[in-house]
Amino acid sequence: MSDEHAGLVADRLGVSRGGRLLIDGLSFELEAGQAALITGPNGSGKTSLLRVLAGLAPPAAGSVTWAATEVRRLAPESRAEIAYRGHLNGLKKDLTVRENLEFHRSLNCSEAPIEELAGTLGLAAVAGQRLRYLSAGQRRRAGLATLKLGAARLWLLDEPLTNLDIAGRRLVAQWIDEHLDTGGMAAIASHQPDQLAGGGSLSIEL
Amino acid sequence: MLDVFLTILNRDLKLAYRRWSEFANPLLFFVIVTSLFPLALSPGQALLQTIGTGVLWVGALLSSLLALEGLFRGDFDDGSMEQILLSPAPFGIVVIAKIAAHWVVSGIPLIVLVPVVALSFQLPTEALATLAAALLLATPTLSVLSAIGAALTVSLKSGGSIIGLLVLPLCSPMLIFGTRATDLAANGEPVAAPLYLLAALAVFAVSLGPLAVAAALRVGLE
Repeated sequence: MSDEHAGLVADRLGVSRGGRLLIDGLSFELEAGQAALITGPNGSGKTSLLRVLAGLAPPAAGSVTWAATEVRRLAPESRAEIAYRGHLNGLKKDLTVRENLEFHRSLNCSEAPIEELAGTLGLAAVAGQRLRYLSAGQRRRAGLATLKLGAARLWLLDEPLTNLDIAGRRLVAQWIDEHLDTGGMAAIASHQPDQLAGGGSLSIEL
Repeated sequence: MLDVFLTILNRDLKLAYRRWSEFANPLLFFVIVTSLFPLALSPGQALLQTIGTGVLWVGALLSSLLALEGLFRGDFDDGSMEQILLSPAPFGIVVIAKIAAHWVVSGIPLIVLVPVVALSFQLPTEALATLAAALLLATPTLSVLSAIGAALTVSLKSGGSIIGLLVLPLCSPMLIFGTRATDLAANGEPVAAPLYLLAALAVFAVSLGPLAVAAALRVGLE
């Protein structure tokens, strides 16, 4: 593996949860425009793997590097190139959709237009409502909307299609395709990989 | 850096305003607990003056424990903490902003409320200004120590009682100097020494505490 690699490199990665080794010796590389689809039965370690790739948890063995730097030691500006969206949406129930998006926007030093984004996601009518009063699918949409508020090159998505209706799924799949077409990368754990067809995808089966 | 500080502070204050009961309850608890003492003991002026300072400080300390668990719990449970940790925002600044917001909604009301309740313990009015000054110096330390306790227990399902066990012993120096300053003022003696010590504790806690909090939160998220 070259040191100059600009993307994500997992090298003989081991992932454990609660002291139990779930994944051992996993190696793969992601380059611009590539997506890795992570599939496997419940409990096989998809979420744990994504958390390790995001740098939230340390690997049990091996290493994860982004642009040749250990992912847990990234400088803030490289940190911003990686976005992780897990099972939790990362939004506050007592803030409105607009306030939540504004918060994420300033957290990521972005200037993306929020009203337009809410419109694309069909959230324009509820933008002024607190998240508490939204359905699970609408919250999911708002959570995924934050992807567009950063300039991340690598998306790490954990079951992004959960709770979404058909239009929502199509939109997410389209976003991922656009992201890959513009040189982005993605690692996606999903039980519906067929709905996330992406060109030149890497398949990781746990 | 200031942007991040203000963004987090603004968000946390907005959330606190929308869930104000979470922060009002500890204050009511403080008022009720301190007013139980005169009822339970003989309401003689001499006795009330003697125990007053101690009751007020211990009451303030215990009531502040009530608002403490929610300090990081909310952000932890809804995934906000992961997003903040993974964002380019410097995590130390985020932690300081969250502690500052906690101080604004739980510390400042105490600074106002405690001297008022002190009147019912017949504390001499000259002591009230010192009491408020001592609280002004002690509450930031209290917020930082609370944050350390809350961060260490954030990954536990019910950290409530453990936080008390972690935080209360650490608060004892603050309690000693706080009550001492108030007592000295009530007797008309110079209060500079205990106030300086409280200020020193505050500087120590505010400068080093956030590092411990940030480290504890990182571990909690793993």
